[in-house]
Amino acid sequence: MRVGAGGWGLGARDSGLGARGSGLGARGSGLGVRGSGLGARDSGLGIRLTAAVLALVLLVTAPNARRAVLARGLSCRERALLCGSSRREPPGGRTVESGHAPTRIISLVPSATEMLFAIGAGPRVVAVSSYDRYPPEVERLPRVGALVDPDVERILSLRPDLVIAYSSQTDLLAQLERARIPVYFYRHGSLADITRGMRDLGSRLGLTAEAGAAAARIDRGLTDIRTRLAGKRRPRTMLVIGREPQSLRAINVSGGYGFLHDLLDLAGGENVFGDVKRESMMVATETILARAPEVIIELHYSDRASPDAAAREREAWNLLPGVPAVKNGRIYLLYGGELVVPGPRVVLTAQTFARVLHETRGLPSTPLRPGKTPGSTR
Amino acid sequence: MTDVRRRLAVSMLVFGSLAFLAVIGAPLLGTTPIRLARVFDRTIPFADNVDAQIFFIARLPRALAGALVGATLAAAGVVFQALLRNPLATPFTLGVSAGASLGAMLAITMRLHLSLWGVSAVTAASLVGSLCAVGIVYAMARARHRGFSTNILLLAGVTLNSFFSALILFVQYLADSAEALRTMRWLMGDLDIAGYGPLLAALPLCTVAFVAFAWLPRALNLLSLDTDAAASRGVNVLRVQRVAFFSASMATGAAVSLGGPIGFIGIIIPHLVRLMVGADHRIVLPASALFGAAFLVAADVVARTAMAPVELPVGIITALIGGPFFLWLLVRQR
Repeated sequence: MRVGAGGWGLGARDSGLGARGSGLGARGSGLGVRGSGLGARDSGLGIRLTAAVLALVLLVTAPNARRAVLARGLSCRERALLCGSSRREPPGGRTVESGHAPTRIISLVPSATEMLFAIGAGPRVVAVSSYDRYPPEVERLPRVGALVDPDVERILSLRPDLVIAYSSQTDLLAQLERARIPVYFYRHGSLADITRGMRDLGSRLGLTAEAGAAAARIDRGLTDIRTRLAGKRRPRTMLVIGREPQSLRAINVSGGYGFLHDLLDLAGGENVFGDVKRESMMVATETILARAPEVIIELHYSDRASPDAAAREREAWNLLPGVPAVKNGRIYLLYGGELVVPGPRVVLTAQTFARVLHETRGLPSTPLRPGKTPGSTR
Repeated sequence: MTDVRRRLAVSMLVFGSLAFLAVIGAPLLGTTPIRLARVFDRTIPFADNVDAQIFFIARLPRALAGALVGATLAAAGVVFQALLRNPLATPFTLGVSAGASLGAMLAITMRLHLSLWGVSAVTAASLVGSLCAVGIVYAMARARHRGFSTNILLLAGVTLNSFFSALILFVQYLADSAEALRTMRWLMGDLDIAGYGPLLAALPLCTVAFVAFAWLPRALNLLSLDTDAAASRGVNVLRVQRVAFFSASMATGAAVSLGGPIGFIGIIIPHLVRLMVGADHRIVLPASALFGAAFLVAADVVARTAMAPVELPVGIITALIGGPFFLWLLVRQR
């Protein structure tokens, strides 16, 4: 478990904590530090050399060179890149640098990509993250990395006038700021944040009306589900968002915060971990036995599974025969990447939740994607 | 000799009862109140008896897994420290756990959805990974040496460890976020095995290893001083080294595949026990196994109750207790 810290590997890595609390980060940077130490030295030398040569050339041809640079008419952004000026763009700010709405957008956030397409800004998207799968139009767009590995060179070369990124991507922000490319931060949060984010994004893009209409459609869809289910009994439900396949180890569930909890609540389920204000949490089998959920909904990110595989996954729960959901066979495995994207398709997720929670026929039953099998297997 | 016997008996009694109390006590402790009378009430069908299920499905397997993993890692730590004649050696020094982790990472990211007798593909793959690491390190130690060079063993092991760790990072980096989270969680250690299948899978290797451990202590006493002296006293050095290496490595592989790479047990428990009972391996080895069992079971009780209903990774608890202690030990040894 060590990336060879210290001769005999005393400590830090042995821990399994060092190991991971800081996880990828710590280790990545452990390696990175060493690597970049070298790199820095190299590039430091390189820069010095280049600077020396450049200075020499400038000394000889200074007036001409300066004129040439001006003549080539570097764009504001390129000059900024060269001079390293930084003008701080307010995070998620509404102003757009040159006064016109962005037309070349790069989205590193899949849910934001879906929103862009939903509000009619799809044609303006020039690149997306490596995790984007929806809508189908994104398949032909270039990929520029994601949360931990944004490809800055690629992003700059596509000359975007707006980049949508996660607020934790501070390194990327610094680089884009230097290139004077406005950044819009997207924050995941509650269900209400989705339509709020859509409206905000719309006003930023000059599509206020379109965004308002799309957001209103979502709100209507959600309200519709809520009213249909008003007065129905709310089964105590556990929403599982991950576990080790075919065993009951490392069970990760939704706590009482975040859009998945909100969707469950809206679809008429009582989250058994609603009292824990966390988006996701690991729980022990003992806790599951004690909280006794009547329904278990499991989200699987893969689009579909063979009936065999799904049946075997469901059988894993037989280890806990005392849980009412297991006893009554109310375990639902839902397949589909859209289930975990806090974007415009949340209405579909809410419908699916409502359908399995109340076993209703009134709500659409095979909505998830045209031409595909229904998303749930029972 | 009688003195050793007496000290052995006393320490077995003390550490044995400690381990016994931990294993018996842990299933009684938890955030959910259960009534013992109801747990053992045979008139209620098991499927309806939640108290019995919490006791027999959730808590008892955890306590037993904690005892097995703790005992195995602590004993393996003693053996590795003697074999490598290095007080900082741990069961994870020679890359066994990194091999196990790499196996588990691959099973997670390749989505191997298989299971056999309640043992998931992740557990099986980590066991295979650890055995591969053992084989590679052993082949290295034998390659350019007619005997069995512990120096080469150490260098090869540490290098392999770094190499596997880099591969783990690589696999993890390529994984998607949900898989990366699961791999991360696996590396923090987890004893919530929900059932007895994984326990039974790890038991054969651990049993074989402990039989070997029982044969080792006298030879380890001589070996940890000087190999030549040990040879002159009639110890078959090569054979002892080989048995020690294989038994401790296999035991580590089995323990890691069961509970993940739970750190610090393999290094602090042997040192702690030596402080209490001296350096004689005839006492240190069994006492460490028992104390390691008690320690990990206790740490796991903290892991599942401290922030309930949120489960804390047990590796964090052992490291939080083990880290400061280890630093103190280092300073004290000056």
